[in-house]
Amino acid sequence: MSSTDQHLDHLDQLEAQSIYILREARVRLKRLGLLWSLGKDSNVLIWLCRKAFMGELPFPVAHLDTGLEFPESYEFRNRYAQEWGLNLIKDECPPIEMTDPTLPPGTRIAARKSLGLAAALEKYQFDGLITGIRRDEQATRAKERIFSPRGLDGAWQAAHQPPEFWDQYTIERHPGTHTRVHPLLAWTEVDVWRYIKREEIPLVPLYFAKDGKRFRSLGEIGITFPVDSNASTIDEIIDELETTRTPERAGRSMDHEAEDAFERLRATGYL
Amino acid sequence: MANAALRADINPAPALSPKKAPLAPYPIVIVGHVDHGKSTLIGRLLHDTDSLPEGRLAELKKVSEQRGLHMEWSFLLDALQIERDQGITLDTTRIWFKTAKRPYVIIDAPGHREFLRNMVTGAAAADAAVLVTDAERGISEQTRRHAYLLSLLGVRKVIVAVNKMDLVDHAEDAWKGVAGDVSDYLQKLGIEPLYVIPLSARHGDNIAARSDKMAWYRGPTLLEALDLLTPTAARTEALLRFPIQDVYRKGDTRLAVGRIETGRLKVGDKVEIAPTGQPATVASIDAGKGPVSEARAGQSVAVSFIEDAALNRGQVIAPAGHMPHIATTIRVRAFWLDPESLTAGSRITLRLTTSEHPVVVEKFERLVDVEHLTDGEGSELGQGGIAEIVLRSSAPIAFDHAADLPITGRAGLARGGRIVGGCILLGAATNVTVAGPVTAVNSSVDRDAFEARNGHRGGVVWLTGLSGAGKSTLSMGTQRRLFDDGWRVTVLDGDNLRKGLNKDLGFTPAERLENVRRVAEVAKLMAETGTVVLVSLISPTTELRDLARSIIGDGFHEVWVKADVATCAARDPKGLYAAAQAGKIQQFTGVSAPFETPVNPELVLDTSEMDITTGTELLIAHIRRHLALSQADGHAVGI
Repeated sequence: MSSTDQHLDHLDQLEAQSIYILREARVRLKRLGLLWSLGKDSNVLIWLCRKAFMGELPFPVAHLDTGLEFPESYEFRNRYAQEWGLNLIKDECPPIEMTDPTLPPGTRIAARKSLGLAAALEKYQFDGLITGIRRDEQATRAKERIFSPRGLDGAWQAAHQPPEFWDQYTIERHPGTHTRVHPLLAWTEVDVWRYIKREEIPLVPLYFAKDGKRFRSLGEIGITFPVDSNASTIDEIIDELETTRTPERAGRSMDHEAEDAFERLRATGYL
Repeated sequence: MANAALRADINPAPALSPKKAPLAPYPIVIVGHVDHGKSTLIGRLLHDTDSLPEGRLAELKKVSEQRGLHMEWSFLLDALQIERDQGITLDTTRIWFKTAKRPYVIIDAPGHREFLRNMVTGAAAADAAVLVTDAERGISEQTRRHAYLLSLLGVRKVIVAVNKMDLVDHAEDAWKGVAGDVSDYLQKLGIEPLYVIPLSARHGDNIAARSDKMAWYRGPTLLEALDLLTPTAARTEALLRFPIQDVYRKGDTRLAVGRIETGRLKVGDKVEIAPTGQPATVASIDAGKGPVSEARAGQSVAVSFIEDAALNRGQVIAPAGHMPHIATTIRVRAFWLDPESLTAGSRITLRLTTSEHPVVVEKFERLVDVEHLTDGEGSELGQGGIAEIVLRSSAPIAFDHAADLPITGRAGLARGGRIVGGCILLGAATNVTVAGPVTAVNSSVDRDAFEARNGHRGGVVWLTGLSGAGKSTLSMGTQRRLFDDGWRVTVLDGDNLRKGLNKDLGFTPAERLENVRRVAEVAKLMAETGTVVLVSLISPTTELRDLARSIIGDGFHEVWVKADVATCAARDPKGLYAAAQAGKIQQFTGVSAPFETPVNPELVLDTSEMDITTGTELLIAHIRRHLALSQADGHAVGI
């Protein structure tokens, strides 16, 4: 066996680490839920769960529904919830009137998800929530922990995160709090696409270019916009990502409305 | 149709130019004292390699100006409002970039001592480090502390960046001074710095481009130095360590799931499950894509065994005959990250891969003075401090020495579910004076009074040796003689104890350890009442005898009853050797389990060379010499 064979392939390493994290979450947290945005990252997450748990998904999957998803996204959800045998929670998020009126308009739509999440936490009493965020997406997400303690109302205390090293994670149990689990934190956008290709993971077709436009990041109608692209296959998308200098979330209006808009959202429970 | 586009993509035609498998990004942590320029260095590195996303530079300029600053590179990474407002890095972060050679992930780490937990979080994920020092101010407190922590975290590839050369007129002498100080310090930690680079992050000198202001410097730029780093060796060739993370059931099959930390695992492999030592044979391995015949370090797997083995989270699968060390008392070098200090008697949780052990801090051996690298005394470890301490667990812990197998030789320290520190494991502790957290009730009669009435001191004479070597015969003969002389003397015989006190124990390494622990504790209690306790126990390993010595303390007297296996097997008073050789008894010392020669026993009685009467006389003489009280002063007579 040659020396290069000693090392696992990069995608194998990422997969093995994510599976380790998911199994650790299952051992350490009692009432787990997984947040499914219908986007590429949370699809990868569901895929990894099925590998980690011998083909099953042993906890519910929640889609925080604003009613503003693209029709293609709803079609995808209904098909794969059934095909993958998901225990799907699809409660509607509270209306925009309930959100903080001092937030910029696009951010307020996203804030409905924070409220929906708080409601789900209350209703289903989750003590662990698995989400598909990645460090390379956004600068405050880059500071996240794999196991991230959340205070009351899901608050992220960015300045007081616990140390995390050698695969030893902080899990504290206080009533009304929960732990966010981030198995994809170390993945990059192009890693996700390469894995989707390797594993043949299904996706909402909006990611693939049509008439010179495609969605690089998928969110609600009205606050998520397609980017210029001719990449209509996974290989073309991977090629595009190798050379592009446009950030992944360029099509997300809430990221750009104010310097701290995203951090404010996150501090109050957003992903 | 929702998935038309998708299906078209799923079976792509083979690419015309097959792409190379993507490389994993090389993780580099940037550490050093606060304000020595870590964040600026990273900003500059990304800018000079043209790695910033579109619009990011303009955004940085804008937020810098909003705060009345010129271009503030550190805002690239200091994304939190509190970080930007206070101008400090609080938490670790990551950013990706590529050179022509390979991709990197740069890990930024804060330099303030109160955020050391975040520095450790970042540095522990790195394969190499850039230690940033200020050319003008030189090596500072956190430079040293970060360097020390790198050595504990196992990050041994270190590049030193001597930053702010513009403030010292790009003078070679200034660089040499700082380079010498840093290199000396690192060498004392056993780290040889790979390159010591004079640079100016603010102006981009020797970052990506060679600086003409420092023509005297002939070494690589920072970027060249990064590309010269060698990849970390694969962990595949080390001994197998597969800690069980969880146990799943599929039909009637129970599966041990987890990640192989080191080595390889093959179907058919004979393994042992630590700490119990139960043997097992690998029946199947699933690494996420169905059954495979072999898996290796780094893979998350599900494994079943032919035997109906008892599987539990925290156990470690190891090759037969190559189990981890097993002990209840372990010496560790610890770093502490919590505002609430660690003190002798503190109860914390040792988290070693997937196992968790409640432990008590039994003893502080030394505090490390990071400034001078000298030993200090104390019994309190504050935030950011480093010390060697002894931890005691009530149950056996399976562990490796950090120097042998780093991953299974290190552990997190937790309190109430929160990680508050970490440690590397140095070995089983011996000669520990017990200072447990339980408040002992004082005896109403003290040891001196017992001993004065008995006319001799209490003590434990520990007879170790093979089955059939003569331990029982010697101890019974000695007991009779001393009793007849008016001594208070008892025998704790291994075989007899296994019929009562220890009848729940078998002969696995963990059970042998517990057997010895119980016997040692009982012997100690009796010795404290002035009794001479003759322990007759095979106690085949140094580890077991050291455990007994650590429990009993000063009154422990090791005697090796020596006879070779052939002699003992020829005697075979209980027929055990015949049974072991026929395979009817497993793990029989001398036949299918090792006997480790005592290193420094007080007395050796070679029963293959002397008769039993001579041996008994020698043993009695030894006991009298050590334990008899002289009539005159009531003190033990010296040798």
